[in-house]
Amino acid sequence: MPKSMFEKIWEAHVVRDVPGESTILYIDRHLVHEATSPQAFAGLRAAGRKVRRPDATIAVLDHNVPTLQVRGRRVLELVDQASALCITTMEQHAREFGVTLFDMNDERQGIVHIIGPEQGLTLPGMTIVCGDSHTSTHGAVGALAFGIGTSEIEHVLATQCLLQKKPRSMNIRIEGSLGPGVTAKDIALYMIGRLGTGVGTGHVVEFSGSAVRSLSMEGRMTLCNMAIEAGARAGMVAPDETTFTYLKGRPFAPKGTLFEKAVEAWKQLPSDPGAHFDTVHEVSIDGLAPQVTWGTNPGMVVDVTGRVPDPADESDPQKRRAYERALEYMGLEPGQKITDIRVDTVFIGSCTNSRLEDLRLAAQMVKGRHVAPGVRALVVPGSMQVRRMAEEEGLADIFREAGFEWRASGCSMCIAMNGDRLSEGERCASTSNRNFEGRQGKGGRTHLVSPPMAAAAAIAGHFVDIRDF
Amino acid sequence: MEPFTRLKGLVAPLNRTNVNTDEITPARFLKTISRTGFAQALFANWRYLGDDQTPNPDFVLNQPRYQGATILLAGDNFGCGSSREHAPWAIREYGFRCVIAPSFADIFYNNCFNNGILPVTLPEPTVLELFKEVEATEGYTLEVDLAAQTVTTPDGRVFQFPIDAFRKQAMLQGLDNIGWTLSHLDEIRAFEERRQQEAPWVFSLK
Repeated sequence: MPKSMFEKIWEAHVVRDVPGESTILYIDRHLVHEATSPQAFAGLRAAGRKVRRPDATIAVLDHNVPTLQVRGRRVLELVDQASALCITTMEQHAREFGVTLFDMNDERQGIVHIIGPEQGLTLPGMTIVCGDSHTSTHGAVGALAFGIGTSEIEHVLATQCLLQKKPRSMNIRIEGSLGPGVTAKDIALYMIGRLGTGVGTGHVVEFSGSAVRSLSMEGRMTLCNMAIEAGARAGMVAPDETTFTYLKGRPFAPKGTLFEKAVEAWKQLPSDPGAHFDTVHEVSIDGLAPQVTWGTNPGMVVDVTGRVPDPADESDPQKRRAYERALEYMGLEPGQKITDIRVDTVFIGSCTNSRLEDLRLAAQMVKGRHVAPGVRALVVPGSMQVRRMAEEEGLADIFREAGFEWRASGCSMCIAMNGDRLSEGERCASTSNRNFEGRQGKGGRTHLVSPPMAAAAAIAGHFVDIRDF
Repeated sequence: MEPFTRLKGLVAPLNRTNVNTDEITPARFLKTISRTGFAQALFANWRYLGDDQTPNPDFVLNQPRYQGATILLAGDNFGCGSSREHAPWAIREYGFRCVIAPSFADIFYNNCFNNGILPVTLPEPTVLELFKEVEATEGYTLEVDLAAQTVTTPDGRVFQFPIDAFRKQAMLQGLDNIGWTLSHLDEIRAFEERRQQEAPWVFSLK
């Protein structure tokens, strides 16, 4: 019986599966950060329990860390007391429970979903969890990776397992090829716009098709990252030579003959021909234009050449009301041209789009130009390693010379916990994943775009079609 | 885990779709190491004017007729977005024990069970009908019975809702999930031994 990749990984991790009970599913890798774990460690301590597999648990500071530095170092004084407490508590829990922590001055520090693949902590065929919805990112290497709540973090810390009901499977085939200036982010936004923010609910989604095959590892990560914005439990892409080449030599990846042995096993992971999926969708991306969101969820998106939609054109009353609310919050008028929307701030960062490839594409737009007057523009690399590599390549200089702020890594303005945030009414072109009300700061207005689209908006002061920029 | 059996309670309507966890609990309220203190955070960006202190009279939960509500009626895809358990913590601490919606985002749905909140999925037409009734009738209550998997209206109509059998039992009993899993420790150990043979690279972290 042919099996999907999801079924293969699921079955390989079942500890106990008895009718009438939840499945006990084994977790290979548990990634932890300071924003959602304090209460889990406290619960563990209160119950007198230990971390079952400290060797399979890696912690990092990312949500609350400052992205500014003082003499090349990050210090707690750069964030408020509440953020500082989250940081010191994580440090204390890591010591107490024997968990490896990449602290805010560790050269391996970065956003948890950037450093997992970057350090080779994330490998094909694994089950990976983290108290963060964008854990779906790690599925790009061919893993089953999903976000969990704090009670579940405590469960994994104590047992290295989770109680799960088997999700349904979905295949989203993405066919076609990307034109110049169009990226994995545009595919993700377009897909969510077409299929809806709830399409993946209850499903693990495998992305396949010619467009996915030709994406780089980093592009696949962007796509899987946004799977949660389509409601999916997890997103995944079958591992191939692109994956193996990417992983080889990473610090925590297997070495030598063990790597060769692992690759042989990983080659068995892709879905068998004729494997059953509960749901199948197909999306064609030929001729796809760069995408810009206009509303308050990632599915409210149009081509950069388009206009803000008119709620009056919507026949479904619930949708019409949602559109009206979104336009009011965003301060936009029906029919307004996307390229007429001016921005106050540009944020290039987040677990969606802050890898080296993203910064390269953004820098191409910026080189030899300058940020428009009155626009605040930030680049927050996804990890300190990305930051170092970008500096070595000269990308940092391109951004700085153009008037961008060049920061240290962290979640930063994607979630606005560390002091990097929008103020009331401020409009931002952002490479992050959520344009929710208040996401980047109370009253802030977020337009989701790709890194080169964000960079070009910083230069022009409004959205532009980068295909003729 | 806090058990849930039956609940008869006042219903508050939040007639919006795709309500996300950033809206339920904005990120600025996540900067804490505590599991309590979230009642004030619930829907903070909608509930208050400006400074998180002054109630916004236009926000539905601030209307006098919905004070003391224990059942939240919501639109499709409720709880989408972030995995933050602070969202169910805030919902529970505010006083809700049950959320009824046409669908829930997966992580939020799971988190509810771990916090004594029963997420009830009813078909969209039913939920839209309930919205009309709640808005038209002051003091509108519903009765939720987990064992029977039913929601009963004041005039006696009964709606069945689906729920996973194990989760239902766990919630009825207030099961300690971690304790239950640890009661199968032998199986976990056996699995680990087998997995270490089959995929040693997974264990080569340290």
